[in-house]
Amino acid sequence: MYDFKKIYRTEESRYGMLINIDKCTGCGACSVACMSENNSGVLEDETNKIRSVTWLRVYQVDNGQAFPKTEVAFFPRPCQHCQGGKVGNYKEGFFFEDPDAHENHTPCVSVCPATATDYDEKTGIVSQVPTRCIGCRYCVAACPYHARYFNWYDVPWPKGSERALSPFVSPRMRGVVEKCTFCFHRYQQAQNKAFKDGEEKIAEMDYQTACTEACPSGAIMFGDLNNPDHKVGQTIQQYQKEGRFVFRLLERLGTNTKVFYTTEREWVRRKADNFISDEDFKQALPGQKG
Amino acid sequence: MYDSSFWPKGVTRGHPVLFVFWLLICGAILQFTGIGAFLCLWKGLNQTGMNDYYAFGLWIVIDLAVIALGAGAFFTSFLSYIVRIKELKNIVGVAVLIGFICYTGAIMMLGIDIGQPIRGWFGFWHANIHSMLTEVMFCITTYAIVLIIELLPAVLENRQIAKVPEFGTFAHNLHRIMIVFAGTGTFLSFFHQGSLGGMFGVLFARPFAFREGFMIWPWTFFLFILSAIATGPSFTTLCVMITEKVTGRKLVPHKTKMLMGKISGLLLTAYMVLKLADTYYWAKVMVPGVGSSLDVMYQAPYGTWLLWAELGVCGVLPAIMLLVPRVRQSYGLLFLAMLLNCTGIVLNRFVFTIQSLAIPVLPFEKFIAFMPTWQEIAVGSLILGYGFLVYSLAYRYLPIFPKEVELSQD
Repeated sequence: MYDFKKIYRTEESRYGMLINIDKCTGCGACSVACMSENNSGVLEDETNKIRSVTWLRVYQVDNGQAFPKTEVAFFPRPCQHCQGGKVGNYKEGFFFEDPDAHENHTPCVSVCPATATDYDEKTGIVSQVPTRCIGCRYCVAACPYHARYFNWYDVPWPKGSERALSPFVSPRMRGVVEKCTFCFHRYQQAQNKAFKDGEEKIAEMDYQTACTEACPSGAIMFGDLNNPDHKVGQTIQQYQKEGRFVFRLLERLGTNTKVFYTTEREWVRRKADNFISDEDFKQALPGQKG
Repeated sequence: MYDSSFWPKGVTRGHPVLFVFWLLICGAILQFTGIGAFLCLWKGLNQTGMNDYYAFGLWIVIDLAVIALGAGAFFTSFLSYIVRIKELKNIVGVAVLIGFICYTGAIMMLGIDIGQPIRGWFGFWHANIHSMLTEVMFCITTYAIVLIIELLPAVLENRQIAKVPEFGTFAHNLHRIMIVFAGTGTFLSFFHQGSLGGMFGVLFARPFAFREGFMIWPWTFFLFILSAIATGPSFTTLCVMITEKVTGRKLVPHKTKMLMGKISGLLLTAYMVLKLADTYYWAKVMVPGVGSSLDVMYQAPYGTWLLWAELGVCGVLPAIMLLVPRVRQSYGLLFLAMLLNCTGIVLNRFVFTIQSLAIPVLPFEKFIAFMPTWQEIAVGSLILGYGFLVYSLAYRYLPIFPKEVELSQD
């Protein structure tokens, strides 16, 4: 079972997500909400997907079977907000329980030469400072999830569209890298509200990401994983006890991410990481369940 | 001749018309570079073949390759000024010149490569000391300054410039303290070559590139240093040999070239032993450890042929060749062995840059091959146009071959 305080080795907040793949219909509402919330523009040619900016990309996968056995699933993929950690023993479910084993290294944060991206120790959120980014793209190379996007073009904002932009997020310019920030501006607003109300901690529903709110099937759940009162952590543990697959993407690399996925289908679980053989895959499963 | 009073004392050079024609060819290449660079700066990096899968492309391959090939500068300076191998005095001048061309060329190309060139100084101002790229930025800039200082005496010793007594004295004094700059250059370039390797070795979420290591340095840090000092002397000698063939003049004694070949051979052998051990451990332990295999790591068009070409034909083979005295004695075979050695290092840098990014890590990601655009090739050809231009001017007007007069009399 995932013990969040152990795998993140802190009592501080660790915001994270649980995405129920079995509930996701691939509608893309999360992507649209994300783009709207974070002032991501639409390029002239959006057919070139290897150069368009999609903080939350929805991948479609299938089980490789011919009709009528074909099954399809969708992996919504925001930035995974890696904390880094020792590469775990996959036979024990990829848990990182050795507190002395590793200094935390988020793959992208540790490589940025200009400190344009940072790991917030208070929230566990990986930030991005586009105005400081020099555009070297080393972080893009470091991220195995393709969650980082370089602005290959200036966004051709139509005249008047600036009135529709969110005032809380700066639009980015050509030549810098950007990525999902777990709607960090919403966290700041929630913090302000908590301060005004005299609360010590921000309330669960005061800080929710745009994609979480937009998902029509309720496939995305967001909150503080280290807060036992938040639903996200409770649900992950409940699902594990029920025997569902609960996992993170590319767990054996030791990125120690904060986006969890769940499914009941074994072939979907298998798509989340690389395995040499069926045996290799089967060995990884027991440690994941409660 | 019109410009003979500027030639180094006692030597002859080609007809000025021919030289001007050659300069025009260099100018044409640089014009091509200029157009590509202008388009990339004006319209952005969308002019290149790079994308979010290939964050690095042709330019980084060229940068890594020329910096490794230019390692002859620091290593020959180290052996000549600090270890005091006298024979190398015959070639250290040209080694520094080639290093200067490689480093300054790479810096110019990097200026185009970053998305926000005007913010290039942020790497110094907001430096992230944990990043290997920060180390690269600091070392490349400071070492380029050291190379300028190391090259300065040769410029000041031009026959006409040396007539100004102050310049002559300054050049003489610079020579006397050159050991300080040779030492500084060795330190800086050592860390620069290493941090370029470290840049890839620390990418722990990229299984193709990631390596374990010693303290904060992945094994690639040390392998890049070793491969650079094994290849740098070969490239310097190769350039001299090509110059000799093109100009029809003897510039450096064959004994010096053989010594450079021997140095390259010994270092390349040491490098190949460690590189083969590293590759074996990576293929047998690290790659399976992340649920992958060698077949996945070497997919067409970047198949296992690259592995055999890099480590076999352009690795083990030149290492053995350079260790054999009879090969070093033969002009043609020495040339071939050094050419293979240099090709091997270019392949190694290509593999680390392009293949590291080509291999999809997410199981549901797809494989995309990389293809540079003409604008990217134009900027990449900077190193040719700029290199030919500076090298030709230096060959014609600066005393970089101290044995030339003696050899021409033989």
